[in-house]
Amino acid sequence: MSELKLPPIDYAALAPTLILLGAALVGVLVEAFVPRRRRHVVQLAVALLAVLGALTMVVLNANDRLITIGGAIAIDGPALFLQGAILVLAAMALLLIGERTVERGGAFVAQAAVTAESADDRRQADGAPGATEVYPLTSFAVGGMLIFVAANDLLTMFIALEVLSLPLYLLCALARRRRLLSQEAAMKYFLLGAYASAFFLFGVALVYGFTAGIPGRSAGVDFATIHAAVAESPSSPVLLFGGMAMIAIGLLFKAGAAPFHVWTPDVYQGAPTPITGFMAACTKVAAFGALLRVFHVAFEGARWDFTPVLGVVAVLTMLVGAVLAVTQTDIKRLLAYSSIANAGYLLVGVLAPTSDGVSGTMFYLVAYGFSVLAAFAVVTLVRDADGEATHLSRWAGLGQRSPFYAGLFTFILLAFAGIPLTSGFTSKFAVFSAAFDGGQGWLVIAGVLTSMVLAFPYLRVVVLMWLSEPGESTPAVVVPGWLTSAALTIGVVATLVLGVFPQPLLDLAAGAAEFVR
Amino acid sequence: MMEILAKAPVEPVGDVTYATAEGLLGSVWLLVAIPLVSAAVLLLLGRRADRWGHWLGVASVGVAFLLGLTYFFQLRGLENRSVELSLWDFIAVGDLRVDFGLLFDPLAAVFVLLITGVGSLIHLYAVEYMAHDPGRRRFFAYFNLFVAAMLLLVLGNNYVMLFFGWEGVGLASYLLISFWYVRPAAATAGKKAFLMNRVGDAGLLIGIFIMFATLGTTQYDEVFTGVGSLTATTVLLLGLLLLLGAAGKSGQFPLQAWLPDAMEGPTPVSALIHAATMVTAGVYLIARSNPIFSANSTLQLIVVSVGALTLLLGAIIGMAKDDIKRVLAWSTVSQIGYMFLGVGLGGAAYALAIVHLLAHGFFKANMFLGAGSVMHGMKDQVDIRRFGGLAKYMKITWLTFMAGWLAIIGLPPFSGFFSKEPIIVAAFERDDWTAWLFGMAALLGAGLTAFYMTRLFVLTFHGPARWTEEIDHPHESPKLMTIPLILLAVGSIGAGALMVGPVPEWLEATAGLGGGSEAAHETVLSHLAITILSIGVTVLGAGLAWFLFRRGTATEPQPAGVLVTAARKNLYTDAVNETVFEKPGIFLTRALVYLDNRGIDGLVNALAAGVGGGSGRLRRLQTGFVRSYATSILAGALLVVAAFLAVEAGWLV
Repeated sequence: MSELKLPPIDYAALAPTLILLGAALVGVLVEAFVPRRRRHVVQLAVALLAVLGALTMVVLNANDRLITIGGAIAIDGPALFLQGAILVLAAMALLLIGERTVERGGAFVAQAAVTAESADDRRQADGAPGATEVYPLTSFAVGGMLIFVAANDLLTMFIALEVLSLPLYLLCALARRRRLLSQEAAMKYFLLGAYASAFFLFGVALVYGFTAGIPGRSAGVDFATIHAAVAESPSSPVLLFGGMAMIAIGLLFKAGAAPFHVWTPDVYQGAPTPITGFMAACTKVAAFGALLRVFHVAFEGARWDFTPVLGVVAVLTMLVGAVLAVTQTDIKRLLAYSSIANAGYLLVGVLAPTSDGVSGTMFYLVAYGFSVLAAFAVVTLVRDADGEATHLSRWAGLGQRSPFYAGLFTFILLAFAGIPLTSGFTSKFAVFSAAFDGGQGWLVIAGVLTSMVLAFPYLRVVVLMWLSEPGESTPAVVVPGWLTSAALTIGVVATLVLGVFPQPLLDLAAGAAEFVR
Repeated sequence: MMEILAKAPVEPVGDVTYATAEGLLGSVWLLVAIPLVSAAVLLLLGRRADRWGHWLGVASVGVAFLLGLTYFFQLRGLENRSVELSLWDFIAVGDLRVDFGLLFDPLAAVFVLLITGVGSLIHLYAVEYMAHDPGRRRFFAYFNLFVAAMLLLVLGNNYVMLFFGWEGVGLASYLLISFWYVRPAAATAGKKAFLMNRVGDAGLLIGIFIMFATLGTTQYDEVFTGVGSLTATTVLLLGLLLLLGAAGKSGQFPLQAWLPDAMEGPTPVSALIHAATMVTAGVYLIARSNPIFSANSTLQLIVVSVGALTLLLGAIIGMAKDDIKRVLAWSTVSQIGYMFLGVGLGGAAYALAIVHLLAHGFFKANMFLGAGSVMHGMKDQVDIRRFGGLAKYMKITWLTFMAGWLAIIGLPPFSGFFSKEPIIVAAFERDDWTAWLFGMAALLGAGLTAFYMTRLFVLTFHGPARWTEEIDHPHESPKLMTIPLILLAVGSIGAGALMVGPVPEWLEATAGLGGGSEAAHETVLSHLAITILSIGVTVLGAGLAWFLFRRGTATEPQPAGVLVTAARKNLYTDAVNETVFEKPGIFLTRALVYLDNRGIDGLVNALAAGVGGGSGRLRRLQTGFVRSYATSILAGALLVVAAFLAVEAGWLV
């Protein structure tokens, strides 16, 4: 019997993930041992410190280009950039999650087990402090995302997918108000997520089968083996294409691309708004990070085969998101369809065959994350006695009630619409020019046309806010606590700075665009 | 097709170089910054600025005008009259570099003077015109925003900067058209303007991406220098996309329908944005891109055709309209058609088009403000069948409007004669039979213009009064409105004669706009004959209109023949838009909504909902069932897998 040998592990390179998973465990202990009154502050501090600590480690590791822990994790430019992006955006999301002055007790239910709409439920909705389990759950999810973008084989990627998804399902169900809606959203997300995971796993099995039989290599699902197999495997390519398709489906589901986007509007609407923002920003980064790695590293050799199919998916996604956004009457659903359309633009960047495509996509993810978190931050502020007022008719005349916040929201909407001098323009410009340069002109044309359509629903909201008279039912904007103010400020400033001086981040992304294999 | 392409020779314009802005010209960015800051102040201070906000708005544009004038004189003293100011590297990825920079050259300079000069007069007028509107401060904020964006558009030193301004003016225009949002027509018009402009914008943006892909740059100088190395097909495609953008912004065929509807906005908006400045952005784009358009004769032919077609279309529809602002709007469409004709002809005619653009800026702004003054005195009546005899009551408006009317119909010595007539001559200068085609179109347009403008003038100010009952005594507008009118009227009278000599000479320093080499062209008719002919058709059109309408007209719509009915219905262009774009768009939206809400088994759901009754549907919080979503995902998954396998089997691609 041969001696069991551990593979070498570079703990420094793995530190960001380890810090977050550790912090999540600490959070569980805090739930058990710290008195209820003090838990909120302690939990928030633990989670924020963990995120900042992990971010510090990512910065310290900035020059690492290595594969560690037996080939399971690749720490390279894109992994580090995306991990940094996830951590920065997660810190912003944590600020929103931690807000407790906008609504007494915060955005989360005090006890998830209380029957919705019962007398107990009404009592707790009336200001009982919210559950603090959200912080460890968020930390677990962020930890999963960090692994997801650095995974160097399909099994690690699958485990990371589950680690990031399970906490999210729970978080979706924890809204303080409209709990039936929230629980329905969580249930839908969970069932469909499990369904998509099954596709992913089946795809992994098919690809494993495909890698068998290459001379001089054993079968495996690490990306180097798959890359070699695409070039020289004697197995039937049906295995490859079937597997590739199913893996793509699993990832496209998380990314919210059509026709796998159906969960997005319901879940975005039902989830507590800070969690919606977290999903729209961080989950998107993670999902596209994985898509970039899978299609630029593992399946790179089959580029000319997958590009047309995924291109059609991208066009469909842009079209569905843009056209359906026009018909929405709820601000959270509107933002959900906008995030679907943005998934389409991001796919354009993924399909650009150069490193400019990789860096453009990464830039887009960061820029979009900042804007979308700021947008949801404003959504949490527009409220009345029954919680957030998300129906668009309630936003009429908001510009006259609260010009400052309406102004900020207008700016963010203009960024979504891709109006120049906002990050929305520079990021679209970055992915579209990379795709055009890479010979994917048809995707760019579809992108430009749909973004023209998509600008319309945004401007409709702008006009509604500024040019309509406030009605009886127009709520005032609640003065945000410092946590929300901080998140909102960061988001708006980043949207402006990335629109006017995008160069430093573009340089950073360009320097981090090479994968290791 | 190949023949057409083969006929299109590629002539490089030679190297284009710009000097660096130094000294006073280094502060040219202030032109954009001042109105922008003013807009921000007005928006951010909110109601606190209500009392003095409008004066800040006027002052900022006035200061920009004075600055523009200073820069203009600075520029005159320079050797290379194109100075560039690079502020910072905007985007630089790989070999792709976009500069955040400004270019101040003769072409930009005349636009700056037009925008800020006419703009400040219109701002002044709006102080009084909007005096009773509670949203006046907001109005001035958007107005300043528009001026800033328009200045950015003409001052950028690359196509991306131009696109920034382009989007900015579109946005401001949308906000200003919808300003009176309570009127459903205004809201609809705002949407229409926005959507049709987006079609054009998409063209422009794709054109910019083509520049990237083929030339690797969007800087004007590098693009113009490199255009000679492109194939004729690329140049043609690039030019067509730019033309699409220009047509969208300038209301040219086939994207003309939004401009007349945009008149639902406040009248100063119509004057500034939809007559004097923004709608000429398309002409600016083509004039600026002249090395591209001059490089392909097919392209020029298309521009000329668009111009000729639109000028006739606008004039014919203008003859049948009864709303004073809509007649002026269709007249704008038609006059910009003349400018497109001019820039399409190329060579020396570029400068002629710019002269006409400047002259038009004066006389059309004058007439729009005059129309506003008439509406002011007539309780917002816009129907010219309900005016009549106003000359007695509004002396100043009458006289200033008369100056505009004489200018636009182009009788000597008013400015239209000096700006429009040379374009007609230039149209006759082409080499082949198209000289007759475009020349006669331009000539016919002049006659039609004289007819509809005279009809408008006579029905409004002369003949018997046909007012509605509630009006007993129309009044002249206050001084703040009449002073800008008088100044613009002076401009309408004199501008053409003053500009026709020096402006083309001044513009020659702009890259590619020096038309010296083409001056030797022969016209198919003698110059004198054309001049006599054009004055002849003008007098004929005006006389006919005077004869028909001197005794007023019926106040209700009259039955009419085929042509008049067609003209009243905008020559059925709206119907075409509706069937080609609107209906498929609505169908697509409905289909997607249906599929998205119901999933594949929507039919089953619909049945269930029908059986279960309405209350059950209301109680349901969200629209979809998980099972329908799962079915959609499964269907999508099957399609994706099938597509991959089809690719593998070689059936696709």
